[in-house]
Amino acid sequence: MIIELGHYALVLALATAIIQAALPVLGVRRGDRSLMDLASSAAIVSFLLVFFSFAVLTFAYVTSDFSVRNVWENSHSLKPLIYKISGVWGNHEGSMLLWLLILVFFSMLVASFGRNLPDTLKANVLAVQAWISTAFTLFILLTSNPFARLVPAPGEGRDLNPVLQDIGLAIHPPLLYLGYVGFSVCFSFAIAALIEGRIDAAWARWVRPWTLAAWTALTAGIAMGSYWAYYELGWGGWWFWDPVENASFMPWLAGTALLHSALVMEKREALKIWTVLLAILTFSLSLLGTFLVRSGVLTSVHAFATDPTRGVFILAILVLFIGGAFALFALRASHLKAGGLFAPISREGALVLNNLILTTATATVLTGTLYPLVLEALTGDKISVGAPFFNITFGLLMLPLLFAAPFGPLLAWKRGDLAGAGQRLFAATAAGLLVAAVLYYAKNGGPILAPLGIGLGAYLILGAVTDLMLRSGIGKVAGRVAARRLAGLPRSAFGTALAHIGLGVTLIGIVAVTAYETETVVEMKPGMLAEAGGGYTLRFDGMREGRGPNYTADSGHFTVSQGGVKVTEIWSSKRLYSARRMPTTEAGIRTFGLSQLYVSLGDEMGGGGIVVRIWWKPLILCIWGGALVMMTGGIVSLSDRRLRVGTPSRARKAPPLAVGAAE
Amino acid sequence: MIRLLVVLFLCISVSPALAVNPDEVLADRGLEARARAISAELRCMVCQNQSIDDSNAELAKDLRLLVRERLKNGDSDEAVIAYVVSRYGDFVLLKPRFEVKTLLLWGMPLVLLAVGVMTLFVAARRRRARPVGTPLSDEERAELDKLLRS
Repeated sequence: MIIELGHYALVLALATAIIQAALPVLGVRRGDRSLMDLASSAAIVSFLLVFFSFAVLTFAYVTSDFSVRNVWENSHSLKPLIYKISGVWGNHEGSMLLWLLILVFFSMLVASFGRNLPDTLKANVLAVQAWISTAFTLFILLTSNPFARLVPAPGEGRDLNPVLQDIGLAIHPPLLYLGYVGFSVCFSFAIAALIEGRIDAAWARWVRPWTLAAWTALTAGIAMGSYWAYYELGWGGWWFWDPVENASFMPWLAGTALLHSALVMEKREALKIWTVLLAILTFSLSLLGTFLVRSGVLTSVHAFATDPTRGVFILAILVLFIGGAFALFALRASHLKAGGLFAPISREGALVLNNLILTTATATVLTGTLYPLVLEALTGDKISVGAPFFNITFGLLMLPLLFAAPFGPLLAWKRGDLAGAGQRLFAATAAGLLVAAVLYYAKNGGPILAPLGIGLGAYLILGAVTDLMLRSGIGKVAGRVAARRLAGLPRSAFGTALAHIGLGVTLIGIVAVTAYETETVVEMKPGMLAEAGGGYTLRFDGMREGRGPNYTADSGHFTVSQGGVKVTEIWSSKRLYSARRMPTTEAGIRTFGLSQLYVSLGDEMGGGGIVVRIWWKPLILCIWGGALVMMTGGIVSLSDRRLRVGTPSRARKAPPLAVGAAE
Repeated sequence: MIRLLVVLFLCISVSPALAVNPDEVLADRGLEARARAISAELRCMVCQNQSIDDSNAELAKDLRLLVRERLKNGDSDEAVIAYVVSRYGDFVLLKPRFEVKTLLLWGMPLVLLAVGVMTLFVAARRRRARPVGTPLSDEERAELDKLLRS
């Protein structure tokens, strides 16, 4: 009964979404306040309904109600509770419901936190959000109903794919969707601005927090996914340029560009049309990602052709929204008046360069991802576009961006002084080169590019620190004054610095692992020793059998020693999940500072031997640590006063200046 | 569920054992390094986006052995790759060759950068041609003079 109620709530959510999609727009046309106000209530009701529906599905999973087909296909009564819950979104139907839940969650946030938005803008934004949610609710109800029953109900479920039974994958999709779907708000704001034909700095100020929030969540989601792949897939790779990864990476790149261009628009009223276009593009890429992953078109064009219902439906949504948005853009963009002027060498100029490179990089990833599909559809030729292609094209594109990043914040708005900025970055540059030289010497030569790459990372970090030092006058004025000035800097200045520092940290991690990791593949028998890299030695002590709630495990025990002294021990296992008879690796990982020792078990050989793969991954934690620092930058920037005064309760008390700017 | 598909596929096609086994490794370190570099650029045909270096599918193993065999016979890296492509087609290359059908793929970044730079250039010129703001009216000028003189 409760299951049917969940299904019914979803149908009701469709009805409210349709109301929210149509009436507020009518209200704006007629100037009818009551119709416009309907948008907020509808958004909140919609959220409650979808939330109820989602809760019902979760309930079905937690209680292992196998009369629901979706639960039977993806759950098992013996599964630990957390994976019963994460199983809700560990499948197509459930993950689409999560997508919808997050979409209406954001609409609800706009409805409740956007009280200081102009009535017409708010009504239009919420209506556009509802267009999207109507489409996706229809999609779920018509092609992917998670509440379908199974008669008679089976006694036991088929279990969730074992590789997904992992804490990393339990929280990865919600974070990723928060990012993906969060950009819908930027999209809706852009469409609303185009409908009204009016856009100003205040618009950018309203859009920026949503962009920041979505970007921060997406950064977390991608980093989480990358770390999960690293420890779960068992061969120590952390990024594969896989189409599904690219699907999440493209909105991130475009979103990063949007974050920067919205800055220009907010401060200088320039790049208006471009910012609107970027907002549309970013969410379009999110939709495209959903299509690529959900339609099955990636696994094989043929799989897509044999069961095209879902794929065609999402494709229709895609065409409708992206096509519609671009058509509207073409019609109305000329109505938006261009704003502030600036010289090529200026903060704006630097941000334009950032946008140019990031959008080109996005397009490169997009081309690389879709090229094999399109080529095969058009000519029948099959080609592959894999990691080596992306590494070289994407890598080359990023180089100038990394060099330029520290310059941006040091240049003045309108007209900057490049030579001056270069001078101020002298210390950072020198330090970066010094790091490279020392490293080159310490490694006794070797490839020259690796030390230079790490030096570039150091330069990025120090460049960001330089900016903060210059702003607060550290080294120029008395320490106390400088400290007070530093504390008084706007939070967004710290946000920028942290994001750029994080970029440098990630770069260092990537270069160090790529250039200096060592791999050892050996067949080991109990008692044998192997050089593990990083100065550590590994002794294989033997295997032990174990058993978990829904799997059996073969674990190998290793002792790690350095210079003959025991340091620590490592368990590395292979699991066999009972329900699906599916094996997984649980690599043994030990962290030493920022580096890791990674031990993965291979095939068993005759006579008690087993193939063991040992990697020494120097500074690998920097890769995700950098992402963490970037996220912190996003959160710090979100707490900036400029954005906070936008909230209703503060606006009343805020000084006249802030109120004036928010009007 | 961004990786679901990949993951599903991986699980169908691979057991947890991975990639290069000790018995495949060549005694000659230089040759082995070259074999690894070549392997990283060749696709495991039955896997989803994995190189034969990362995959442990049977086919990947055969290809790895084949690459090592050719290298031992004294083939150059290019010759080995050309041989594999002649047997399996372009699909086996993870980094597509630069040719007519991949023109757009390789050219896209450059074309986009060029278009972007040109657009910026044109926009800047157009903007420079346009007078900035509105000229001062006579009254404003008089007001300004008064302020400057005082």
